[in-house]
Amino acid sequence: MPDHLPALQVVLPLVAAPLIVLVRHRGFAWLATTAVSYTCLVISILLASRVASGGAISYAIGSWEPPWGIEYRVDALSAFVLVLVSLTASFVAPYAHRSLAAEVRPERHYVVYAMYCLCLAGLLGITITGDAFNLFVFLEIASLAMYVLIALGTRRKALVAAYQYMLMGTVGATFYVIGVGLLYLMTGTLNLADMAERLRTVDEVRPVLAALAFITVGIGLKLALFPLHQWLPNAYAYAPSMVTAFLAATATKVSVYVLLRFYFGVFDPSALYGPLHTREVFIALSVAAMITASLVALYEQDVKRLFAWSSVAQIGYITLGIGLANQAGLTGSIVHLLNHGVTKGAIFVLLGGLALRGAGAPVTMAGLAGLGQRMPLTAFGLVIAGLSLVGVPGTAGFISKWYLITGALERGQWWLAAVIVGASIIAAAYVWRVVEAVYLRPAPAGAPAAGEAPSGMLAAALGMVILCVYFGIETSFSVGGARDAALLLLGGGR
Amino acid sequence: MSVIAGHLGYWVTIFLMVAGLYMLIARTNLLKKLVGLAILQSSVYLLYIAPGKLIGGTAPIIADGFAVYSNPLPHVLILTAIVVGVATLALGLALVVRIREAYGSIEEDEILEQED
Repeated sequence: MPDHLPALQVVLPLVAAPLIVLVRHRGFAWLATTAVSYTCLVISILLASRVASGGAISYAIGSWEPPWGIEYRVDALSAFVLVLVSLTASFVAPYAHRSLAAEVRPERHYVVYAMYCLCLAGLLGITITGDAFNLFVFLEIASLAMYVLIALGTRRKALVAAYQYMLMGTVGATFYVIGVGLLYLMTGTLNLADMAERLRTVDEVRPVLAALAFITVGIGLKLALFPLHQWLPNAYAYAPSMVTAFLAATATKVSVYVLLRFYFGVFDPSALYGPLHTREVFIALSVAAMITASLVALYEQDVKRLFAWSSVAQIGYITLGIGLANQAGLTGSIVHLLNHGVTKGAIFVLLGGLALRGAGAPVTMAGLAGLGQRMPLTAFGLVIAGLSLVGVPGTAGFISKWYLITGALERGQWWLAAVIVGASIIAAAYVWRVVEAVYLRPAPAGAPAAGEAPSGMLAAALGMVILCVYFGIETSFSVGGARDAALLLLGGGR
Repeated sequence: MSVIAGHLGYWVTIFLMVAGLYMLIARTNLLKKLVGLAILQSSVYLLYIAPGKLIGGTAPIIADGFAVYSNPLPHVLILTAIVVGVATLALGLALVVRIREAYGSIEEDEILEQED
């Protein structure tokens, strides 16, 4: 049994989805989803601890040995991302029950749960697989489920948002598969490790460079790399609350993982970072994302859109580490996957509670007024998560920015450190707008009566808020895992 | 001449790729955008399939008198990719139907004009 953990990680949610559709019962769907999410979390933690003690795990699907068969491979990096995805899932699944009741028609709930399980299976599959084409299939499983989840939002704009995301996402996936096709033509293998080995002996560089370009743009679309982020704000803003929380914490992060895997695991980093100016390109795009998206967030009136724009900016921090490509920078990048996932997850989960109290109406800046009196715990949670977004010491956000600044200084680029601090100040400004509305403005007449979100939802939300602080103080898992992963990427770790 | 004739598959692939992408970006009709998407995806099928075929190659079965065979793996991969493409297209069409029900139009600019 323990030998089959890598397969179970993906198969469990994949089997749960059709089961939920067959049974078509709301309660069963919720129970099954929650059970699967928790089981996935246990499996991912077991895998992570086995990787930490015994090195990478290789699992041959159907006993077809790699590189001929499909290999599932868990190493320090994928174990870290697996924990992030299943951790978020296990917070969002129990919370979904009450949140959906306010936002989606009851007879459609089972569809949401089925899609949620499929999405989870897809995201875990992307992370665990060691096969480039299998990765594409999982990418599409996760994406198709996401488009459906977004389209289930209450407002009709959700449909347009889902459609636009579907177009851009499919172009992204198609570009990725074109890139993989070119690599396959050059190497004759689809196993990522094998491909990396054979690429070293390929003399013809041009197809490989074309593959690099296609994969970068394709995955860039999926991870909302500036300026390919247009789909993100609408998709996050109009999706149901639980969907936004789950997507914001996992979907773009898993795409970053794919990019890291290809940049450091398949292509030759010395060629990549030498004559190609990949470093400069990534740094420029990241800086543009950090500044412009934060400025847009500063003037946004819809609170969900505000935090969606903030996500675009935070992805800029993550890709900045890829541009730095040194130990500290990559550690910052990878640990920010987790820290930002937890922070944004907490914020969107709290906003879901607000939407529930406001009977599903969009949460605007004006609607936040006087929240400190009406929903003190929710308001407090929002402030703590907001501080983590800014990167105040003692919160998770601080840790990642610390490593990113260290990485920038090690490269001798002190101006980048200044940009990181500057973007954080803009973040402080938009978080302050929220704080001001919540605590300093009186509640408008006709605001919903005082009262917190249902306790089940509040528990999930506060759990994630506590994680924001926990990962800011106790960093042995987060930074430790990220450091191992960065070592692995730069060669020399396991 | 050999640049064109020898790489015919690639030229067709590139043409389909660019045509599909152009259609996807330049059209405002949601259905025509999906047609563009389908053409873009078809170009990928060709990209994989064409190099897998060897002229004079047989199916990969061991038999006397045949030494050259076509690689079957790209076909299998593209079978999967076609399934994915069909699913994407079905979902896209379903979304267009829902958008038409909600907005009464499938022209992008008319939809974006309508508030909320």
